[in-house]
Amino acid sequence: MVDELLFFMEVVVGGLLAGTMYSLVALGFVLIFKASATFNFSQGAMVFFSVLAFCGFMQDFNIPFVLAFILAALLMVVVGLCTERLVLRPLMNASEDTVLMATIGLGYVLEGLAQAAWGVEVRRLDLGIGDFPVPWIADNLKLFISALDIFAGLVAALMIIGLFLLFKYTKIGLGLRAVADDAGAASSIGIPLKHIMLLVWSAAGVVALVAGCMWGARAGVQFALVDLALKALPVLIIGGFSSIPGAIVGGLIIGATEKVLEVYIGPFFGGAIEGWAPYVLAIFFLLYRPEGLFGEKIIRRV
Amino acid sequence: MKPVFMTYTKKDLINLAVCMVLSVLVIPTFITTEYWYTSILIPWLCLALATIGQQVVMGYTGQLALGAAGFMAAGAFAMFNLILRVPDLGFVGSLIVSGLIAAAFGILFGLPSLKVRGIYLMVATLASQFFIIWMIDKFGWFKNYDSSGIITAQDIVILGKPFTTPLAMYFVCLAVTTVLTLLAMNMARGSTGRNWMAVRDMDIAAESMGVSLLKTKVQAFAISAFYCGVAGALFAFCYLKSLEPVAFDIKLSFKILFMCILGGLGTINGAFIGAAFILLFPVLLNAVGNNVFHGAIDATIISSIEQVIFGGLMIIFMIYEPLGMAKLWENIKQKMSLKFQSSNVKDLKSSLSKKS
Repeated sequence: MVDELLFFMEVVVGGLLAGTMYSLVALGFVLIFKASATFNFSQGAMVFFSVLAFCGFMQDFNIPFVLAFILAALLMVVVGLCTERLVLRPLMNASEDTVLMATIGLGYVLEGLAQAAWGVEVRRLDLGIGDFPVPWIADNLKLFISALDIFAGLVAALMIIGLFLLFKYTKIGLGLRAVADDAGAASSIGIPLKHIMLLVWSAAGVVALVAGCMWGARAGVQFALVDLALKALPVLIIGGFSSIPGAIVGGLIIGATEKVLEVYIGPFFGGAIEGWAPYVLAIFFLLYRPEGLFGEKIIRRV
Repeated sequence: MKPVFMTYTKKDLINLAVCMVLSVLVIPTFITTEYWYTSILIPWLCLALATIGQQVVMGYTGQLALGAAGFMAAGAFAMFNLILRVPDLGFVGSLIVSGLIAAAFGILFGLPSLKVRGIYLMVATLASQFFIIWMIDKFGWFKNYDSSGIITAQDIVILGKPFTTPLAMYFVCLAVTTVLTLLAMNMARGSTGRNWMAVRDMDIAAESMGVSLLKTKVQAFAISAFYCGVAGALFAFCYLKSLEPVAFDIKLSFKILFMCILGGLGTINGAFIGAAFILLFPVLLNAVGNNVFHGAIDATIISSIEQVIFGGLMIIFMIYEPLGMAKLWENIKQKMSLKFQSSNVKDLKSSLSKKS
């Protein structure tokens, strides 16, 4: 009985920590959605692009770890700048669906560019933190929890706190919130919309880079990351598109539920239900609470 | 223009006749290489059919859906099992029933569209994509307990006659595509299509005018999935000649989405234009890579460039012409006819002045 309980705990904790990885991807979506009400479908491609560039800098040019990270982050700022100039500004007055489709196109561009520049083979990314159980926890609590999972959880927590402080207490954060509330009114009182957009896209790019490092360290830096990032969508639906805490809680819920379902119900169906369980969970959420747990209620004017 | 036959104008009938002559007489006489049939014409017809399905739900009804390949897989495997287990149905019967089975899935996964729209609906329809592929993969019955993972598709036999040569398969695809395209055009022009478009343009207004949202949306999803299912069955039996769930992954769904959007949302001919473009462009790019650069460029780089160009085109079209290539074609035609007319007027004027 105790063993079973321990096993259950292990599954749940492992799921929760894996869920923070989804949260990291979802965070990038939320940042952009909050500031511009744009759904950035290319976030998954940004994750892939940034981490592949990071690996490329490190492995092809032998640039040291920290410098390569900074270079990759700068590259994401450039991507943000180009996106703002070339994609978002011309589509300023277009409908939501049009912008969404344009970001799907942007995702394709980023994926293609990344593969053209750095190749298609799977790259290993070593963060210096192994993907194996921490001995101390395994000995004392009898739980097998990966060090990488714990590290990802810590990084996610730090980023959330940082973003929260940024949004709450800085002038930039105030501007961001004003733009999110009403872009027209914000620009009329002198908040520079372009700078805000650039800032948000750059921040989303850096978040994508961090998420990419976590995923890359676990699963290898490869194209499949883009598909993995799609799982951030159900996370967003559960948490709400415009809420940073929502992204985290959504990620935790998806991570834990998917693992529990996989371990306890999966065997009856031949396994691998992880692939679709989050989406079905999202559908049930949509039916009862379309705006998500923390999202603002969607009001459509006729 | 005055309607001549069943509210079709003379121009429509001429267009139809030209298309039929081109596809039935001209193409079979002038194109003799098998490559064109097996690698270009057959997949073009199949994917165009699937794109029409996507058009119904996305272009006409305005519901953002991203699961066409899932329904195609449902259709393809339904076809395989029907021919295997119910041989009395025959090819055409099986094709229709497998379309209906796909339509059932379409209704099931289209239900969330009653509650949500936009990106929310996209996520809900992604569930269908992953669920259907998983279901086929995990339950051996669908694959007739074949362990190799790739099943060879049965030969096509209609009324006792085998259709196995590329040309014969092309005609099978052509016949099915023609019938379903005409049907789709009629639906789009009729009250069904008007309801779809009313829901697309403003669902609340449509509802207040007495258009049932439930009926219209579910109907659109069912018809869309039916088209995708039939297209998937043809895709597997005429083009791939094998059945494997991997062939219908999310990439194919995105491809069909691109065909639909680049071709032109809310148009039937856009489906054909978009499918032709997405299918032919990589062929062209490869030919350029092989002949101009003599293979100096790696194949993976070419496919990456292709991806960049597709994505870039998507952005450009969204900015400058959200209605896609069909609209572009329409504009060109209009400009040409204007020029033609104005030159006619000039001729008339000059001849008049000569007379006087």
